[in-house]
Amino acid sequence: MNSVSPNLDALARHVSLKVNGAERSADVEPRVLLVDFIRTNLRLTGTHIGCDTSSCGACTVLVDGTPMKSCTLLAVQVSGRSISTVEGLAAGAAMSPMQTGFHEEHGLQCGFCTPGMMLVGTALLEHNPNPTEEQIRWAISGNICRCTGYMNIVKAIQHAAAIKAEAVKAPKPEAVAAGGGQ
Amino acid sequence: MFPAAFDYRAPSSLAEAVDILRQRGEEAKVMAGGQSLIPLLKLRFSQPALVVDIGRLPNLAGVERKDGHLRVGALTRHVQVESNTDLRTLCPILPEAAHWIADPLIRNQGTVGGSVCHADPQGDWGSVMLALDADFVARSESGERTIKAADFFQGPFTTALRPDEVLTEIRIPLAAHSAGAYNKLERKVGDFATVAVAVQVEMNGDKIAKAGIGLTSVGDRNLKARDAEKSLAGKQPTDEAIAEAARLAAAAAEPKADVRGSAEFKRDIVRVFVQRGLKTAVARARGGQ
Ligand SMILES: Cc1cc2nc3c(=O)[nH]c(=O)nc-3n(C[C@H](O)[C@H](O)[C@H](O)COP(=O)(O)OP(=O)(O)OC[C@H]3O[C@@H](n4cnc5c(N)ncnc54)[C@H](O)[C@@H]3O)c2cc1C
Ligand code: FES
Ligand code: FES
Repeated sequence: MNSVSPNLDALARHVSLKVNGAERSADVEPRVLLVDFIRTNLRLTGTHIGCDTSSCGACTVLVDGTPMKSCTLLAVQVSGRSISTVEGLAAGAAMSPMQTGFHEEHGLQCGFCTPGMMLVGTALLEHNPNPTEEQIRWAISGNICRCTGYMNIVKAIQHAAAIKAEAVKAPKPEAVAAGGGQ
Repeated sequence: MFPAAFDYRAPSSLAEAVDILRQRGEEAKVMAGGQSLIPLLKLRFSQPALVVDIGRLPNLAGVERKDGHLRVGALTRHVQVESNTDLRTLCPILPEAAHWIADPLIRNQGTVGGSVCHADPQGDWGSVMLALDADFVARSESGERTIKAADFFQGPFTTALRPDEVLTEIRIPLAAHSAGAYNKLERKVGDFATVAVAVQVEMNGDKIAKAGIGLTSVGDRNLKARDAEKSLAGKQPTDEAIAEAARLAAAAAEPKADVRGSAEFKRDIVRVFVQRGLKTAVARARGGQ
């Protein structure tokens, strides 16, 4: 970060995170929020800022696989941990089952809430591969969508669960589109 | 929004944490999950010179049974209480209340200890701990002391903790034939309670040996409805006894009108929830649920 004053520079801490599998680090002031670290320092702008008051879930990221609000975490607080953002969902050009679900079921309109919704859905299916509609609605209850009315978001997550279940039944080599793969 | 500048320490042991607080407690803020503190820092309602992040301290998270009580580590996340299946029979009010707190994302990071130390009059854990007659264990450089839940909450966002102290655990007595219930009215997920009521009963045969009742969002702190509690001791849980306790608890509430409802409305919800909570708690304590 550009220095604001020597005094503030003196407060800076080395923050080092694994973001979507890659080691990323920077020296930042302790007051820097995780969402600003991700958007400004790492230039990963798929993580959105909606309310900035811990209420909407647009800023959701996974911290060691668990969904949290990155506007309500300090970057220093999660130094050393693994962060997943929406940019980490696709494997190269191949969409993840969750992304395919949102695509197929029309799970978004403006798309502002979508990164958070897809990350919450991804985390849900990790520990509950076959959730009920009620469990899906519970999981996304901290994420607000102003457009869809939630019906298609629920369907999208169910669709993703079905794709994953299919993949377990008939394991086949990962279809990785040209130029894809991580 | 971002906070005013502060210095940051993340001690790796409790001894180091209390040493930092001994030296700089007056100008410092402890941070557990940050789910209440970070919003306050962002709004600049709180501008500490130093944030002491205890989030990485070992052995302070988790719920365990020990010598007739439950030990809830201060860093236990709300979600750990919510998803603990043993607690559903051992102390059902805990997972029931956890389920109502904030939303799943905040429950993944916010802690039980942080919640009681924040002492929001609209917070849920305070009422639960008052109903359970829990003890709060605080550590400082000079040693450990235990504070009764009833003495812990001193006013809005004010507790009996000193600036050099860290809350380390909450001890909940576990009596046989006891159970509780938490009822909460909220406008939507993530909203604080319009009104919520925590009820815990211990049965002795067909009589109530002891009752605990805590009220959320109807006072300048979480309130303990003492007259209502006393009225139940030694009584059979008849409709009349329950109605009388509910009336006393409603009288003890100090609700204020706001966007969530009028004072009369909130007082009446207290009455209804005490009644409902007592019936559920008695049924659970008798093994009905
Ligand atoms: C949108 C939103 C909705 C919410 N809804 C609810 C709700 O419905 N019901 C409810 O009860 N809560 C609600 N909360 C608050 C939530 O429960 C927080 O998780 C909790 O209040 C704080 O826990 P924390 O670990 O994040 O504490 P922090 O934010 O880290 O700390 C809170 C305060 O406690 C102090 N502190 C923390 N731990 C300790 C300790 N061990 N020793 C000494 N001092 C300590 C800190 O100095 C600070 O003053 C909500 C929060 C948000 C953002
Ligand atoms: S921007 Fe973080 S919850 Fe709305
Ligand atoms: S698609 Fe617009 S907010 Fe959800």
